[in-house]
Order: sequence, then C-alpha cells, then structure tokens
Amino acid sequence: MEPFRIHSGIVAPLDRANVDTDAIIPKQFLKSIRRSGFGPNLFDAWRYLDRGEPGMDPASRRPNPDFVLNQPRYRGASILVARRNFGCGSSREHAPWALADYGFRALIAPSYADIFFNNCFKNGLLPVVLGERDVERLFADVAAFPGFSLTIDLERQTVSTADGATVFAFEVDTFRRQCLLNGWDDIGLTLRHADAIRAFEAKHFADEPWLA
Amino acid sequence: MSARTLYDKLWDSHVVREEADGTALLYIDRHLVHEVTSPQAYEGLRLAGRTPWRTDSIVATADHNTPTTHWDEGIRDPISRTQVETLDANIAAFGAKAYYPFRDARQGIVHVIGPESGATLPGMTVVCGDSHTSTHGAFAALAFGIGTSEVEHVLATQCLLMKKSRSMLIRVDGTLPRGVTAKDLVLAIIGRIGTAGGTGHAIEFAGEAVRALSMEGRMTVCNMAIEAGARAGMVAVDDTTIGYLKGRSFAPSGDRWERAVRHWRTLASDTGAAFDTTQVFDARAVLPQVTWGTSPEMVVPIDGRLPDPDREKNGERREGIERALAYMGLTPNLPIADVSIDKVFIGSCTNSRIEDLREAAAVVRGRHVADSVRLAMVVPGSGRVKTQAEAEGLDSTFRDAGFEWREPGCSMCLAMNDDRLEPGERCASTSNRNFEGRQGAGGRTHLVSPAMAAAAAIAGHFVDVRRLY
Ligand code: SF4
Repeated sequence: MEPFRIHSGIVAPLDRANVDTDAIIPKQFLKSIRRSGFGPNLFDAWRYLDRGEPGMDPASRRPNPDFVLNQPRYRGASILVARRNFGCGSSREHAPWALADYGFRALIAPSYADIFFNNCFKNGLLPVVLGERDVERLFADVAAFPGFSLTIDLERQTVSTADGATVFAFEVDTFRRQCLLNGWDDIGLTLRHADAIRAFEAKHFADEPWLA
Repeated sequence: MSARTLYDKLWDSHVVREEADGTALLYIDRHLVHEVTSPQAYEGLRLAGRTPWRTDSIVATADHNTPTTHWDEGIRDPISRTQVETLDANIAAFGAKAYYPFRDARQGIVHVIGPESGATLPGMTVVCGDSHTSTHGAFAALAFGIGTSEVEHVLATQCLLMKKSRSMLIRVDGTLPRGVTAKDLVLAIIGRIGTAGGTGHAIEFAGEAVRALSMEGRMTVCNMAIEAGARAGMVAVDDTTIGYLKGRSFAPSGDRWERAVRHWRTLASDTGAAFDTTQVFDARAVLPQVTWGTSPEMVVPIDGRLPDPDREKNGERREGIERALAYMGLTPNLPIADVSIDKVFIGSCTNSRIEDLREAAAVVRGRHVADSVRLAMVVPGSGRVKTQAEAEGLDSTFRDAGFEWREPGCSMCLAMNDDRLEPGERCASTSNRNFEGRQGAGGRTHLVSPAMAAAAAIAGHFVDVRRLY
C-alpha cells in the first residue's frame, strides 16, 4: 500500500448526506474481477446523462454538466468534502477503489459508515472526520474560492488551508495511522503472530469442538 | 467476572491478541464467500504466494450474478459469467468446506444458505464480503460484513484487525399486532433511529417481541441492522434458536450436540450487563410499514402520508426530502396508500425464506395480481427454500395468482443480473435497500414486508394487508 503522510490538493464538495456506496460505484461495475479501472465510473449515475455499462468508452459518454465533479473548477481534485454518514450501505470495496482510482487521496466528512471507513484505510485513502461546523465552513470556502485547496498532514493530524491561516485538528486511531504512515501490509503484520493464532485455535477448538 | 453483554462474550472468546490502542486480532470461525467480493482477494493471495489458513471455515456460493430464469442456458452475460467462473476456479484451486455453485440444488443467497445448512452456529464469528452478514447474528453469532481487503486478510490469516464497537440494546416490549411482521418492526426501528443511528455499534435485539419471533423473523431484523448503520445485530440463544438448528447438516450431533447446547445456553447478556446505548420500542404500536424515499429511514406506516419538505426546519433534511420525492416521482402529503406500483419483488436475503413465502402466499391465495402490475415475481432464497415451497404447493399458489416463480439468487435486490427496474418504474420490494438506482437505474423502490408486497400486488397500490385477511 502507498503510504500517506502529507497531501495537498484541490477540494471538491459533494453536498449530500448519506451518500451510499451504490451511488459511489453502481452495481453493474462490480462484475469486474480487477481492483483498478473503477475511476471513470465513480458516481456514474450522477456524473453522466447516459446509462453506464461496463466496457463503455468514457470518452463517448455524455457527462452531466450539473454534477460537481464535471465542473472545470474541480478538475484534478484530490480531496472530497462530504456530509454525514458518507459511504453507507453495501460493503463493496469497489467504492474506495473508485474514489482512489479517480484521484482522491483523502475525504473529509462529519461521519462515515463503518465498513466504508475501514475499507478506505486498506487502500491508502484517508477518511478525515471533522465536526459539522468545520465541514460547513469548508463547504462555504470551497464555494467562495475557486481552486480552494487544503493540506492534510497525517503525522500532525491536521487539515490546513493553503495560506496556513486556518488549521483543523483531527483524531485517528493510532494503529491505523501507523499503518497508513508506513504503508504497511496488514496481512504481513498479522502473520508475524502466526504462532499466537495457532495457539488460540488449539484452545478454541478444544473448548468448542463443533466449530472446527 | 462482572456482568457481560452477549456482544462482550462473543468478542472476548475470539480475541487472539490486542495492540496497545485496543485494536484486536479477532479470530474468525466462518467465512462465507461469494463471487462479487472475492476475486480480487484470491488474486491478492496468489500474488503474495499465500494460501488460505483454514479452508474448512469457508462456505461459498454464487448468488449475486446468477440468472433466475433459463438455467439451462447458463449465464448469458459474459462479464457475469467470468466472475462466477472465477469463483469456481478459486474454490477448485484453494478449497472450501462446502461450495454451492451456480445450478447446484443447494445454491442460493449466501445469507440464506449459511443458516439453513447449519454453517452458522451460536458463538461463532461469521464474516462475508457483504454488508448483510449481520443476518447471522440472529443465532447469537458475531457476524458482520467486510471489504475485499479484509476477505483476503481472513483467507490468509483467519483473523481480522479491528476495534470493539460500542454496544446498543434495542428492547421491544409487548407483542406485534396480527399481520405486522419482523420487517415492519425493523423498518419502524430504522425510521426512528435513522440510517446512522447504529453507526459504531453492535446491536442486540431483545424483549418480548423479539423472543416471540421465529428464526426467520430474527434473521430479517438482524439483516437490516446494517441499514441502521450497525455492523452487527444479534439475538440471544433460546429454545427457538436450538430448535431451528437441530438436525441441520453442519450442526453437531450426538454427545457433541448436547455439549454445544449447554454452551449455547450461556450466550445471552447477563442480568445487569451495561450497554452504551439503550432504545425501547413498543411492539403494540407498530403498523405495517412502507418506505417512500431513497433511504430505509424514509418510512411511514401504511396509514401515513408522505412528508412535506416545507414543514422541515433543518435545511439538510429538507433538501434530502425534496431530492427523494423528486427521484421517487411523488408529491408531498400524499397518503402512501394512494401510491400505485408497476412491479413486485418478493425475495432477497431479508425476506426470501420459507416463512416469508408462506406469508405472501397466504395473502395471494385465491386472488389475482392487479392488471396494472406489469410483473410480480417470487425469487426463493435458496434451492432448499424453493424445493420446500414447491412441496407445500406455494409455487402454484403464486403462479395461479399471476406471479412468476423463479430460480434462487439475489435477483432484483440489486439487479446485477437481468432482473431489474426500468427508469421510472415503481416497485414494492421485500429487499433491504431503496437507494437511487439500486434495483435498476432510475428505478423506484418501496421496501415492505412479504405480506405487504403480496397485498400491493393484488391491489395495484399499497394497502394495509390486514384488510385482506
Ligand atoms: S439479496 Fe441483496 S442484500 Fe442480500 S446478499 Fe444479495 S444483493 Fe446483497
């Protein structure tokens, strides 16, 4: 996994609460057996006026000019600010894959759904939690200043504006932060405890043999 | 030891080790696998030169992509076919305790076949790359959905890295009125606590009304715990649980059964155990429910009306209501019973078990689907459910009433196969998500119980099923 330390980038706003993973990447694209290539279909039903099917050439699609990511001022955005309960619904990891493949490195929202939140960390996509009021403020700033960008420093756990005038602090799990900062592979980490897992199994199956 | 909740007991008995910040390595007993969220995990395993830690933990099936008609023709969509064949190949290469491939007599929705085969047992940790894994919590198992990276992690290590959630008790006092089902109860709960009400929590459902539910009903409730934002839902073990499990293929037998039952009886929250949050509901006040919008929390009782955004003071919520009404093609203040439908879908891991089909069949028996309804379909949750229903003659009841009787699978719950809504079509559905486009781009979904879906099929619009008894 690519480590995440400091990232600066253009911010795009998605002003809706409860954005579900079906909206982030619609089901017809889940038929792929690969991990990449989902970016062109991120928010497909909102982003295009025609109906998206796997295998379509993105260049031949009809973009919806009203959808925020199609507006020229947000081209190249790598930070998405969103409303509460972002990523609810289906557990599909295709959602963070699509966000990352599109070019997002971080999200900022007041809250996320649990499984989605977890999936982000596994893909080097940092889901930052800020208070409702801070998020509100970011929505206002993004609207007011074309090219509005932010710097997210995971080491210091801060989000700051380009001029450094405003700094928001955020919380993140120590263990998750460590994994992201170092780009650690979870599986490799866990396998260092293989003996502990084997010892656990021996006792577990002696206590409850019907589980084996 | 101090009083513990059921969740505490399940958690404690699976912790292998713990990091300083409380992140635990949690052991996983049962790993359910399906074709959509597993290919990248097996690929990752292969690339790293790893093999599954314990193939006996794996029970797999193909359900999301499989067609529900013309099984003799195989899977026509080449991309879906590739995905299903990839699962075939991965199971052949790496192994599993059981695999129910496409067209197997026991194939079905992963959350239906786990419990019915006894692969889900009390006291287990159960995971699957699917959010509705919460279903299995009905058996006093700790069951939750995971992403594909975690599927790979469980394959390779039999463990997951995670932190303990907060605990929530949802106690439902009293008994549900006749004609009001587990689905109505859980929709009413979500209507009150909201789709983020359970975020960060594991919910235990308890109380007189929950005790009175069958295992099918409890599965329906736990299934939708995820729609309340909780990763896991669970119900304590009682005679209903044990009665259901006895004789199932993978359940223990003989002396081992007796020993297991003694252990399972301990799987309930101790008296005085503390929950982080408690919510109390009165079952007597629950009416049949219908969702009107694009989130499961947008729900009203059958005698209710659609909301009026002008009366909502909170700006974000007002916009949410306006957007949902626009997407659903509905007007404010309309009585929900005045909403007519184009299609009816009875199925999904929420409501496709034998009891669900019996309830729906009881409503349609001797009646006929309204002329205005274009398609009414019943999709049993598994091959076994289908066989059982046919043995009881439910298939003829449905066919005689004008329903289509299909092969098992996820079907129009998420429309990855050919079963889907066309833009603008309105559906009474027994599934669990009414998100925009969930059942097909532009499709409009109203979530209801099987009995309410059946009643809507007959009437052509939503109607209080209790008027048809
Ligand atoms: S029936 Fe629907 S919700 Fe259940 S597993 Fe299948 S697609 Fe998911």
